[in-house]
Amino acid sequence: MAGAVVPAIRIQREDFDVAAEIAALTRGRADIGAVVTFSGLCRDEQGALSALELEHYPGMAEAEIGRIAAEAVERWPLQGLTIIHRHGKIAPGENIVLVVAASSHRQAAFEAANFLMDYLKSRAPFWKKEHHADGSQGGWVEAKEADDRAADRWTKPGG
Amino acid sequence: MSTKLIYFAWVRERIGKPEEDVELPAGIETVADLLRWLKSRGEEYENALQYPDVIRVAINQEHVGHREKIAGAREIALFPPMTGG
Repeated sequence: MAGAVVPAIRIQREDFDVAAEIAALTRGRADIGAVVTFSGLCRDEQGALSALELEHYPGMAEAEIGRIAAEAVERWPLQGLTIIHRHGKIAPGENIVLVVAASSHRQAAFEAANFLMDYLKSRAPFWKKEHHADGSQGGWVEAKEADDRAADRWTKPGG
Repeated sequence: MSTKLIYFAWVRERIGKPEEDVELPAGIETVADLLRWLKSRGEEYENALQYPDVIRVAINQEHVGHREKIAGAREIALFPPMTGG
């Protein structure tokens, strides 16, 4: 078995370029057969939102995403993994999060990306605050129980 | 020994500060004890920690449950359920 993949994890204010991130993961390699990317974008909720403000816990955000990434690398035969999560004020249409999972075959890449997003949503220390387009006071986005359930489905019974 | 408490999102807004150093009184052994004690420190804490069950906690930047012992914790963070991704 090849050496373990070291996930690239970035927590940043700046935007990212999806195509450049895929290229960085696959450049010079002939062993990758599948790359799955997930990008999460800011929605405007039918014009109601002017922005989302993402607060995060510096230090723990990197550490927790590192732990989630390490679990993905252990569970699926990945050949490359990049995770980027933005913080700060993000306008509708802009990127928030990116997962790029590379593997020999598509199944592992799909599943790992899916697992990572479910876990990022329920365990990575980020909080979204809404800014309303009409200038009224926005509130904190409430966590969805469905997101917790989505993460729970990766836990095997008795595991 | 003082312990650094850090607050995020609406927990931070309701308590009115992002962090503080506290001297924990004797008898505060678990996360649940800490939440109960903090809640008694004033109206803003009462307001932030009204429903302690929903508060998520990290010790030294790792998620923990409310029964976790806090002995040796340098940094304890309190925050609402996460909404990233």
